[in-house]
Amino acid sequence: MEEKKNIIDMQNLSVVFEDGEQVLRNFNLSIRDGEFVTLLGQSGCGKTTTLRVIAGFIEPSAGDILFDGKKINGVPPHQRPVNTIFQRYALFPHYNVFENIAFGLRLRKVPEAEVRQCVGEMLKFVNLEGFEKRDITKLSGGQQQRVAIARAVINKPKVLLLDEPLAALDLKLRKDMQNELKNIQKQLGITFIYVTHDQEEALSMSDTVVVMHEGTVQQIGTPVDIYNEPQNAFVADFIGESNILDGHMRRDFLAHFAGKDFVCLDKGFAPNEEVDVVIRPEDVDIVPAEQGMLTGLVTGVTFRGVHFEIIVDIEGFKWMIQSTDYSPEGNRVGLHIEPDAIHVMKKSKYSGLYGDFSSYSDEIDQLSELTEEEE
Amino acid sequence: MKQSNLMAKIARAPYILWACIFIIVPLLIVVYYAFTDSNGAFTLANLGELTQYKETFALSLWYSLLATLITLLVSYPFAFFMSRKGPMAQRMMVLLIMLPMWMNLLIRTYSWMNILERNGIINNLLAFLGIEPLTMIGTGGAVILGMIYNYLPYMILPIYTVMSKIDPFLLEAAEDLGANGWAKLRRVILPLSKPGVISGIAMVFVPSISTFYISQKLGGGKIMLIGDVIERQIQTAYNYNLGAAISLILMILVLLSMAVVNRWAGKDEEGGVIF
Amino acid sequence: MKALDRILNGLIFFFLYAPLLVMVFFSFNEGRSTAVFSGFSFKWYIEMFTNRDTMLALQNTLILALLSSVIATLLGTMAAVGISKMRSQAGRSAIMTTTNIPMMNPDIVTGVSMMLLFVFVGRIFMADNSLGFLTLLIAHITFNLPYVVLNVLPKLRQTDRHLAEAAMDLGCTPLLAFFKVTLPAIRPGILAGFLMAFTMSLDDFVISYYTSGPNFQTLPLKIFSMTKKTVKPDMYALSSLLFITILVLLIMVNVAQAKADKQNQLNARR
Repeated sequence: MEEKKNIIDMQNLSVVFEDGEQVLRNFNLSIRDGEFVTLLGQSGCGKTTTLRVIAGFIEPSAGDILFDGKKINGVPPHQRPVNTIFQRYALFPHYNVFENIAFGLRLRKVPEAEVRQCVGEMLKFVNLEGFEKRDITKLSGGQQQRVAIARAVINKPKVLLLDEPLAALDLKLRKDMQNELKNIQKQLGITFIYVTHDQEEALSMSDTVVVMHEGTVQQIGTPVDIYNEPQNAFVADFIGESNILDGHMRRDFLAHFAGKDFVCLDKGFAPNEEVDVVIRPEDVDIVPAEQGMLTGLVTGVTFRGVHFEIIVDIEGFKWMIQSTDYSPEGNRVGLHIEPDAIHVMKKSKYSGLYGDFSSYSDEIDQLSELTEEEE
Repeated sequence: MKQSNLMAKIARAPYILWACIFIIVPLLIVVYYAFTDSNGAFTLANLGELTQYKETFALSLWYSLLATLITLLVSYPFAFFMSRKGPMAQRMMVLLIMLPMWMNLLIRTYSWMNILERNGIINNLLAFLGIEPLTMIGTGGAVILGMIYNYLPYMILPIYTVMSKIDPFLLEAAEDLGANGWAKLRRVILPLSKPGVISGIAMVFVPSISTFYISQKLGGGKIMLIGDVIERQIQTAYNYNLGAAISLILMILVLLSMAVVNRWAGKDEEGGVIF
Repeated sequence: MKALDRILNGLIFFFLYAPLLVMVFFSFNEGRSTAVFSGFSFKWYIEMFTNRDTMLALQNTLILALLSSVIATLLGTMAAVGISKMRSQAGRSAIMTTTNIPMMNPDIVTGVSMMLLFVFVGRIFMADNSLGFLTLLIAHITFNLPYVVLNVLPKLRQTDRHLAEAAMDLGCTPLLAFFKVTLPAIRPGILAGFLMAFTMSLDDFVISYYTSGPNFQTLPLKIFSMTKKTVKPDMYALSSLLFITILVLLIMVNVAQAKADKQNQLNARR
């Protein structure tokens, strides 16, 4: 895999809209051939814009975009060897299923017999045999999704761009389609560039996840890297749940936070450098108070099915802990943290913005309001 | 449930009655008059007399087809550009296009007469430049111009309405799949705007073929269209039977024309929107 | 493409407005001509306001338009509600086809057909002249009705049928539920239908020409009889004044609409 060449390079891209809003700033990203890459971020972070720059619908204000090593700035969308799955599919309402899928072939004046054969194969590929004559508007969301995939893939693009393709589907269908998309990508062996705001989707489907915020890349890595080794407080907070604490490094392998010293696996920081410390809720063990490295008071317990979510107040900082053991509210408990559960990050502009669960429910409310407003 | 059904029946009854008496019955009476003489006896003479108006029918058809075609050719690109502008600009333009429609047709047409007539504004201008006056009133061109002028908004607005409803993502999708400008027009924009084109054609063709005022004023009395013949029979000759016969044929002609247009458009369309 | 857009814009708007500008310009003419400008004056505006015939025609037009559109709105709204509850597909499509006849038919045919009806009935009753205000009113109501029905029906279709059910569930009688819930929901359609009917009636010449008698003249009819001879600029003055009135009204409606849209957007964000 590592030896594969880059299919798309974006170098120092900037996009400024007509109203002066800058959506991409000095954006750099290279995508290897055959990869499943996900651009992950909240709405307004520039992920869809990036996709549209690749497709050719938006011209970058500065910077270059290379395809197979060749600069493609200014090449119109219909001449680019990429195809897009649009957010609400954008299927042509005046054509039936067959003609929608055949659209690209018809433009290239492919002979009728070949069109029939290719579309037939495509229908089989996306499990829509027998739907040829069906009206687009009479299909379910999942079926429309498959038509959109077939319509794009039939053109044998080198890169398939997917703009939140599952956003319009319900939860159950979304899970199924996630697997299906992953399978399709494996079978075709082409590059998928996938845009989503759903971190779970990103982690479960991708080879590489690109976390974006405010038009810049926050972190690029495998799903495991992104989760285990977040580069800053934003990524740590955005991906999964985390307790983010202020601290400093006493020396290599020894971190100080929450008033205590902890052995850890991180090194390479200056002595006494201020850092952010991330500890995932599932990596904290609850032990009897007298055995704990830290002790605190349980202020909230929520049953989540697989585990309990326990909020523990330790000197004003509210930790979130996920544990299969129940601890009643009001109990004094001890916390035990293994060295490999501690992840130390350099300070960034996001430091101090996230991390405490004291206002946990408020934060969720605010977040959901935010997304509503943006939509 | 029974009670509300009864209420629905009561609610629509006056309308159904009204529509029968004042829409259906008048059409039957037109047929009655067309097939009777002034004493009420059955006759085919009225229809027989129509043969002398063959040329009038042909001329009306020709002028209104030409006017409709020109209007369509101008309106289509115009409506397309309009539908791609910003919301404020679109609103402004709709307003500006509707505005002339609120001016009475008679006045609008008369104003054109002032512009085109022998001592009119254009000829005054030409005289000022030392050019010989042109004869415009009384030509077919003037009549067609009048039709185009009066009914242009009726073509632009329905086409614009359907075009503004075309999802811009569909155009992007087409482009993404390899369509250049021409292919986008042919494979996406044209088929999706068909309902608007059909209502536009209907709304220009029907009043054009049946007009009498435009031909009277801009035709300078030299050009007779079907509408003029009907008007003359009814309002001056008081020959209601012949007037009814011509009206009947005009109605059939219009229905046939629209059937042809609808057939061309395929039967999947609903007929489009009017405003 | 940009160039074509500009050229088309320029041409079309020039074409649409040139005759209107001519009209406004010559309404201020000192002389009697509507083609040769001899000096600026307001005299035709004064003349227009003092001309009893013109004022009477204006008054007639307004009364007729108001009366016919109000009656059509009442009948048409009731009809739309009744039609929307219709089960039989055949019955519904028969009604809709009938409704579309006056929209599809050339105005001259509609006018002639109604005139023949009135004449026919008049003959039965041995009336000398059956055409007049009443026949004109009937004709206007008839061609106004489809505008109301076709504007209200789609609104009824969009209205959530559970709304009325919820109202009845909470204790409304069906009639009360209609007035409390359905009517407010379809009000925009009723208003649009009414306005359209009103303007159609104001503007109508062709159908009025056949269905009115010599004793009742509307403005378009008056204009027609005047344009048979040479028109004096007072007709232009009247038209200009109407035009400006409509322009101001339309701008006000549009500004109000733009404001409402903005408000809606803001509310949706909250």
